[in-house]
Amino acid sequence: MSAAALPVRVLQHGRYETLAMLRNGEQLVLAIVLPLLALSAIAFTPFFDAFGGPRLETGTPGVIALCVLSTAFTGQGIATGFDRRYGVLRFLSTTPLGRSGLILGKILAVGAVLSLQLAVIGTTAVLLGWQPPPGGILPALAMLIPGIAAFTALGLLIAGTLRPEATLAVTNLVWVLLAAVGGTIIPGDRLPEAIQPVVALLPSAALGDGLRAALASGTFDLSSFALLCGWAAVASVAAVRWFKWS
Amino acid sequence: MSSLDGKMVRVLDGVSLRAETGRVTALLGANGAGKTTTLECAQGLQKPSGGSVRLLGQDPWRAGAALRSRVGIMLQEGGLPPAVRPLALLQHVAGMYAAPRDVPGLADRLGLNSFARTPVRRLSGGQKQRLALACALVGNPEVLFLDEPSAGLDPQSRNIVFELINELRAEGLAIVLTTHLLDDAQKLADYVYIIDHGRLVRHGTVPDLTRHAADAVRELHFEAAEHLRLPSARLPHLTITEPTPGRYRVSGPLTPEDLAVLAAWWAEERILPASIALTSRSLEDVFLDISGRNIR
Repeated sequence: MSAAALPVRVLQHGRYETLAMLRNGEQLVLAIVLPLLALSAIAFTPFFDAFGGPRLETGTPGVIALCVLSTAFTGQGIATGFDRRYGVLRFLSTTPLGRSGLILGKILAVGAVLSLQLAVIGTTAVLLGWQPPPGGILPALAMLIPGIAAFTALGLLIAGTLRPEATLAVTNLVWVLLAAVGGTIIPGDRLPEAIQPVVALLPSAALGDGLRAALASGTFDLSSFALLCGWAAVASVAAVRWFKWS
Repeated sequence: MSSLDGKMVRVLDGVSLRAETGRVTALLGANGAGKTTTLECAQGLQKPSGGSVRLLGQDPWRAGAALRSRVGIMLQEGGLPPAVRPLALLQHVAGMYAAPRDVPGLADRLGLNSFARTPVRRLSGGQKQRLALACALVGNPEVLFLDEPSAGLDPQSRNIVFELINELRAEGLAIVLTTHLLDDAQKLADYVYIIDHGRLVRHGTVPDLTRHAADAVRELHFEAAEHLRLPSARLPHLTITEPTPGRYRVSGPLTPEDLAVLAAWWAEERILPASIALTSRSLEDVFLDISGRNIR
């Protein structure tokens, strides 16, 4: 007869979405296995030496940025696309959870899964000898917030406008492109000069650069932060404007 | 009283209807007639381009959590996430309400326990329907929307679901359902709206619709020897035909006196029919007269 309180609904849906993400095998590969592989490749092979400075110091922040792409953008986008196809979004939006509760729950789940990823990646990197400056933790967290917002909104925008099969293809392809040449792992200024001006405007480069500034030198990269906030704002407005629930 | 009035253009034109508490209101129509669109406008899933919709006195498109908690919805496609197990889903939906129904009790009632460990994607159509109904009911709604509730149900499931719908009506819920099955409407509905091509073509209680003055056509069929000379002159207001040799049809506004005339004729001609059957109009006849006999 009456609804549970808003925080209860959102928390519960966040927990539900988190468990759904963690139970999904492909999602786990994307969220944990691929970033761990990237971290190992950086730590144990000379592959990264040509692009960055010390392997873990420059490489780990990039892997963390990659985790954001995996979970907020690709994983969440694909899950939302199929939920939309199966009418799950429509059904849940008719319960007291509502449309806004549904989105808030998804954001909460992205945050929860990302925390788990950060714990795994961070611990592994530290065990391999990574020593981030303690003063860099806060700037890094500040950078993650607009980064998560921007990539979640972009994922929702794609999931809410394309067919789920297309969402699957697009978000995976974009993940690969941004991971390889989007300034995520390899700093933008080490990429071919021809693409540098474009890469400098990407949210992936802003997140990668911002996290590298924070976790390698302990500084707050204001211009990357501002760029991420801009992407988050534009993508959110676009998602609200064009997202189709059915 | 809960009510919904809708007047919708384009897909729906001039559809105006109302559902009341303690009643089952059925929207009946062929596939593509506009039933689901009507329902979605009433549920707040679609914003009508014109007209007005009121759900428990409020605009469903702008419904907040308080209004949504008083309404239970079962969608045509179910809207159930494929990877989840039935009871976990029901529990999750129950958590959205302050005072939900008892989940084990509801699961038991709808027979969900027999497939409690099977992910939704591997359930049969009937099992999915029962789970979707449980999800719609778990919040103790005052208004219940069921889009094609009997689709894919085997006879046992159908009995369970129909029994439950009758019980909920007795509890005072306003139940709105769509169906293209006349049998469902005849069995369940207190009030029927027949929709065709986005227009409301007829409405009334089932007895009203089947007893409508202009429609008070009954038929009498009998079997006897072939090619009898028919007593059409004695019954000028009726049509007597022999559609297939030996089978006769008397149609029109039959009266008891007409039966006496027929019986007298049989006696005179020493005819003992092999069978005699009198049929009254069913909702199906009304429906088919309106929507045409063509299958769409």
